[in-house]
Formats: sequence, structure tokens, C-alpha cells
Amino acid sequence: MITWLGFAWTVFAAATVAALSTTLRFMFPNVLFEPKTSFKIGSPDTYELGKVDTRWEDKYGVWIIRSPEGIYALSTVCTHLGCKPSWMDSEQKFKCPCHGSGFYKSGINFEGPAPRPLERFSISLADDGQILVDKSKKFQYEKGEWSNPLSLLAV
Amino acid sequence: MVEEKKEPKKFSLPKLPSFSFKDFRLKTQVGKSMFRHGYSDDEKDRAMTVLTNVFFHLHPVRVRKSGARFGFTWCAGGLSFFVFLTLVVSGILLMFYYRPTVEYAYNDIVAMREHVPFGIMRELHRWGAHAMIITVWLHMFRVFMTGSYKPPREFNWVVGVILLVLTMLLSFTGYLLPWDQLAMWAITVGSNMARATPFFGHEGPGAALLMLGDIPLVHAGSDVRFALLGGRFVGAAALLRFYILHCVAIPVAVVILMAVHFWRIRKDGGISAPL
Repeated sequence: MITWLGFAWTVFAAATVAALSTTLRFMFPNVLFEPKTSFKIGSPDTYELGKVDTRWEDKYGVWIIRSPEGIYALSTVCTHLGCKPSWMDSEQKFKCPCHGSGFYKSGINFEGPAPRPLERFSISLADDGQILVDKSKKFQYEKGEWSNPLSLLAV
Repeated sequence: MVEEKKEPKKFSLPKLPSFSFKDFRLKTQVGKSMFRHGYSDDEKDRAMTVLTNVFFHLHPVRVRKSGARFGFTWCAGGLSFFVFLTLVVSGILLMFYYRPTVEYAYNDIVAMREHVPFGIMRELHRWGAHAMIITVWLHMFRVFMTGSYKPPREFNWVVGVILLVLTMLLSFTGYLLPWDQLAMWAITVGSNMARATPFFGHEGPGAALLMLGDIPLVHAGSDVRFALLGGRFVGAAALLRFYILHCVAIPVAVVILMAVHFWRIRKDGGISAPL
């Protein structure tokens, strides 16, 4: 038997739940004004052999390194607590200002509290000959993922 | 006829209109409407003074002599409240000069020191924030050491713990607002902890279980850190969110809980007695 009072309480409870869930959903934006996670960064011959290219570190959060084996995209996020290390050209290492973690040019950690190497992102050649980096696919050394062909662009 | 002798008039100051606060309080309609209690200092009037004032009535009508002793309370709770009030006042003043956008935030902070009159206002706010953390911890320590958390005051202890957390969240959210390197990376590191929240953080335990087929429900773009920052990293959205949390959302919650906290002291029998 449904009473009017019970009905009123049900409506009130439903409206409250609806209002609270709407408020919760409101806190999750639909559109982000953040850089794209997949982007083109010019042709491979604009990257010098043996150099760490820092031109995309502010815009996209990647370092592009060309080694004799090929080109790879390193994440600029320190694996300790998420700060941004800097490339020290004279010392040939990435050094994190927050807690002193150090990484080799390859991304392997060798000093400080960082527990694992920097992550690499998917890198490939687009149809127009430009390098295409996709940050939504990441490769972790400690999981053996750096042998994945998408983690290194042979040139 | 006898001439009337005129006495020389003595000089006297013109009479000033006299004002008696007591008469104003007890005889005028304005005075009587503002205060509901008498004017004497007997027991009843003193109790009525506390009970009929919206601010005082949160307090106990009577305080034990032992409870009013500085050595027993350290006045740490009262100091916390006092520091909170100075933070509210200085914080509102700072809001007149600060814009929470990536373009202006840092420059406005520098201008507060360099150009704004009484450039110490920002330092007052900052020192006050440090002081409040210290006094709140001292208050908690005192309440613990005097056993004042024991029944019937256990609920008020819980309210106090929530207030402690909110105090620290106020410090945390205020930390980002200068928008310098320290702020940026401190909040980056701090908010990265939210990644590891059980079920609600995308790197936390249990998050991997929440799948719809092979689509993860909790990922970097839908977890609790994302809701806090309004994005995947500390950017413009995070600055605005932390500003709103710092200046509106958390203070409102703190004020409400403080009112409950003070009122419960009275309802739980006043300041506890020494054991």
C-alpha cells in the first residue's frame, strides 16, 4: 500500500540523489584545454644524432632523442613523484629538481629516489613523412616494453 | 522703594546633554530591542547575557575556574579560532588584488609585495596559516593529554579531527595559489597521491576491477585526481579549482563545523575538569 507520505519521501529522495549525482558529474569537464596526446613533430632529419631535443618539452611533455639505433620519445614526468626533470647537457643526464633523481639519456634511472626509468611513448612515421608521437601508448623498460617496435623509430 | 540687590551670577559651563548607556539600554525602545537581558551583574543577568546573544550562546554559560586556567587549556582552541579570524580578514583583503588565472596569478602575488599598500598583508596570511596549523595541533595534543576526548565528548573529538583535516586542506589548496615553481610541483607531487586512492584513483588498488567489458571506468581522465584538478595535470583548471576550494568551499565547511564544535563544548558539559 503506497501512502502519500511514502510517495512524497520517495520523490524527495530521488530528487536528492539526482541533484547530488548531477553535482558530482558537473565536476568532470567534457572538454579539456590541454595539449593533444597525439601529435606530429616534423621530419626525422630535423633531429640531430646524439642530441636530446627539448623543443617539445613545454608544449607536449616529451624529449625526442636520436640515438644510432633510432629516435625515441621520453616522458618528461619523473617516475619518483611526478616533477619535471631538466636535461643537463654538460653532465649528459636528466636531473629532477624536486628530489634529485637522475636519468641517463636512455631514460634509465641511476641516482636519487626514482624507482624506475622514464617512460617512452609510441613513436612512428606518419603518411606525410613526419614523426607521429602518441602519448596514450606508453612503454615501460621494467616491463620489457622497450623492445616493442612502436617504442623506437628506426631511421 | 528698595532696590533689589542683584547677586552677581556665578559662571558655569553650559549643560551638556548627558548620555547614560544604562538608560539607553533599559529605557529606550532601541536599547530594549537590542538586548534581552537586564543590566545588573547578578547570576541571572550574566547567564542571560550569554544565552540571548547568538555568538555567546555557542559558549557554555559557566566555565569552571580550572577550565579557564591557561595552564589547563593553553588557550590553543581559542587561539586557533583567533588565527582563523585573522586569516579570513587578511584573505578577503588579498582577494581584492589576486586573480586566479595562469596569466595573472604569479604577477599579482609579486605585486602584493611590491606595489600593494601594506605588502605585509600576504605575509600575515602566510604566517597565519603556519600559526593555525601549529595551534590546531597543540589544541589536539592538549585535548588528548587531558583526556578531554572521553565520553561524553567523543563526538566533538570527531568533529575536531574533521576540522584538523580541513585546516590542512586549506593550507594545501592555498599552497598552489602563488603559482610559482614551488607551488606547481608541490601540488603535482601532492595530487599524485590521489592516483593511488583505492577504487577512485586510476593507479589505486581495485581500480582495475572496475571495467565495463574491456573499457576501464576509472582512468586518468575520470578518477578522483581528475575531479580535483579539473584536468590530467596541474594547469589553469586546477588553479581555479583550488582557488574556489580555498576561498569558498572549505571555509564554509570549516565555519559550520566550528559552530557545531563550540556549541558541543557547551552541550557536553563545558570545558573538561582536570583529572
